[in-house]
Amino acid sequence: MKPDLSVTIAGLELRNPVMTASGTFGYGEEFAEYVDLEAIGAFVTKGLSLKPRAGNPTPRIVETPGGMLNAIGLQNVGIDAFTEKKVPFLRTVATPAIANFFGNTIDEYAEMARRLDAIPEVAGLEVNISCPNVKQGGIVFGTDPRCAFEVVTACREATIKPLIVKLSPNVTDIVSMARACADAGADALSLINTLTGMAIDLDRRRPVLANITGGLSGPAVKPVALRMVWQVAQAVALPIIGIGGIMNARDALEFILVGATAVQVGTASFINPGAAQAIVAGMETWLAENGVGDVKSLIGALEI
Amino acid sequence: MQFKSMIISNVEVSPGYWRMRMTAPPELPAAQPGQFVMVRVNEAIDPLLRRPFGIFDVGIHTPAQTGAAPQPYLEMLYRVVGKATSMLSALHETDLLDILGPLGKGFNLGSPEEEKMIVGGGVGLAPLYLLAKELVKQSSVRLFVGGRTRDDILCITEFERLGVECYVATEDGSLGESGLVTEALIRRLAACDGKPRIFACGPHGMLNAVAGIAAQGGIPCQVSLEGYMACGMGACLGCVTPGHRHSGEAPDYRCVCADGPVFDATELKWEA
Repeated sequence: MKPDLSVTIAGLELRNPVMTASGTFGYGEEFAEYVDLEAIGAFVTKGLSLKPRAGNPTPRIVETPGGMLNAIGLQNVGIDAFTEKKVPFLRTVATPAIANFFGNTIDEYAEMARRLDAIPEVAGLEVNISCPNVKQGGIVFGTDPRCAFEVVTACREATIKPLIVKLSPNVTDIVSMARACADAGADALSLINTLTGMAIDLDRRRPVLANITGGLSGPAVKPVALRMVWQVAQAVALPIIGIGGIMNARDALEFILVGATAVQVGTASFINPGAAQAIVAGMETWLAENGVGDVKSLIGALEI
Repeated sequence: MQFKSMIISNVEVSPGYWRMRMTAPPELPAAQPGQFVMVRVNEAIDPLLRRPFGIFDVGIHTPAQTGAAPQPYLEMLYRVVGKATSMLSALHETDLLDILGPLGKGFNLGSPEEEKMIVGGGVGLAPLYLLAKELVKQSSVRLFVGGRTRDDILCITEFERLGVECYVATEDGSLGESGLVTEALIRRLAACDGKPRIFACGPHGMLNAVAGIAAQGGIPCQVSLEGYMACGMGACLGCVTPGHRHSGEAPDYRCVCADGPVFDATELKWEA
């Protein structure tokens, strides 16, 4: 018998626990040639803001051992262009599309939540309070539990849709951040965003990235992400979406074992645009081979 | 398209420069000149990202004396600059590679009455051979190729075989004229009595100079850019380049992979 991969997270019923991560999957359409979008659980669109954003100067990315650093700076088309040009595509796909968004102020966050709440094609909202690459917005709210509480409260009041908060690993205490978001009414948490890092060009004696620092993603961050998902899962009752260096089905299942209900695949989609779909297939195979009938039975089933 | 490709040959054509021929799906010979492929050099996580390579040539490979069926091929011309290209150069016949492509927007070939001027620097020649192959079908084509030394001048014989007139310049004078290739281009443009059109690929300084020459003469000019890219399909937004309206206050970025890699030179921001 085929294993049951379906999960429910933040009220969203997913055919399987594999989603794509914001910023690594465009607005979905870019990948349609390479992935059967209806074979994955959900996809998360590029982080959106009220006004279009141009992003940071170049160079914006650099490869590092087992990972990559990016300092894109939240370049995006803005909510108006999203509504006009990207939403019609979402209508053609029978897979939940989750819109990731951010603002510069709490009011902007709330306004974005209101605007996205009104778009029927958006199945859920992911609040980005964790981008390390912009001075305003993002990380300011993602490192102080009180700010996180305020911003999530404002978003919560602005939408009845599933509200997911994406957490930053660049904090001393991830659990207090998670608790603040839970107290403010989040339906789920996704973690982790990228880890702030640097790459140096020794010969030129300069940083490689124009932004000096960037966000580290890829297999190199997986151990940190697993630890944080595990810690938060111990402490907070909200469902968790695990993110960080997931390259294959085994990686994804490890996150589920430490307490994630679903996962997001990020950097892997750059290397193999069909990665998320391949991970779904790999999970199904692993479950079947190991006599696990339902993926839900693995959530938090880590033995210590 | 994503496909597995088997290496047919991988040879060093000049010190540090390699030419790789590999099998391709039947759709690939329809690739436009100027498009590129993203190659995964191994299955491990180091190097993690794919690397972009211009499509040097496509066609139908007929194996010699084996009786095997003819097969579509793809060729890349690459320079060994780091870990990934070094690993690529160590691969052999029958090794397999994972490839995405053809990606990006290629060259606009223009109209037959124009005199086509192709300008290439070093490994910038990579996307220009397929372009020349198409252009010679309809126009007279001249290639202006430059490099630091003679080792940087690649595949001239192949261009000559197409009927392309080649002008060579090296900075150290070890092959062709001594100096920059743009000087030969300027002389030819002065002597050209028809309508010229320029196509260029190479180091940024060379492209900047060519764009300046074209702008001054009001000559249509397209350039093919390189970019640090993670995905090659417009998702990561890592490879952007400033567009012509770009300023610090009002940034105007274009994606090299999805809006390019070939741009009309007037679309981009060049240094004065």
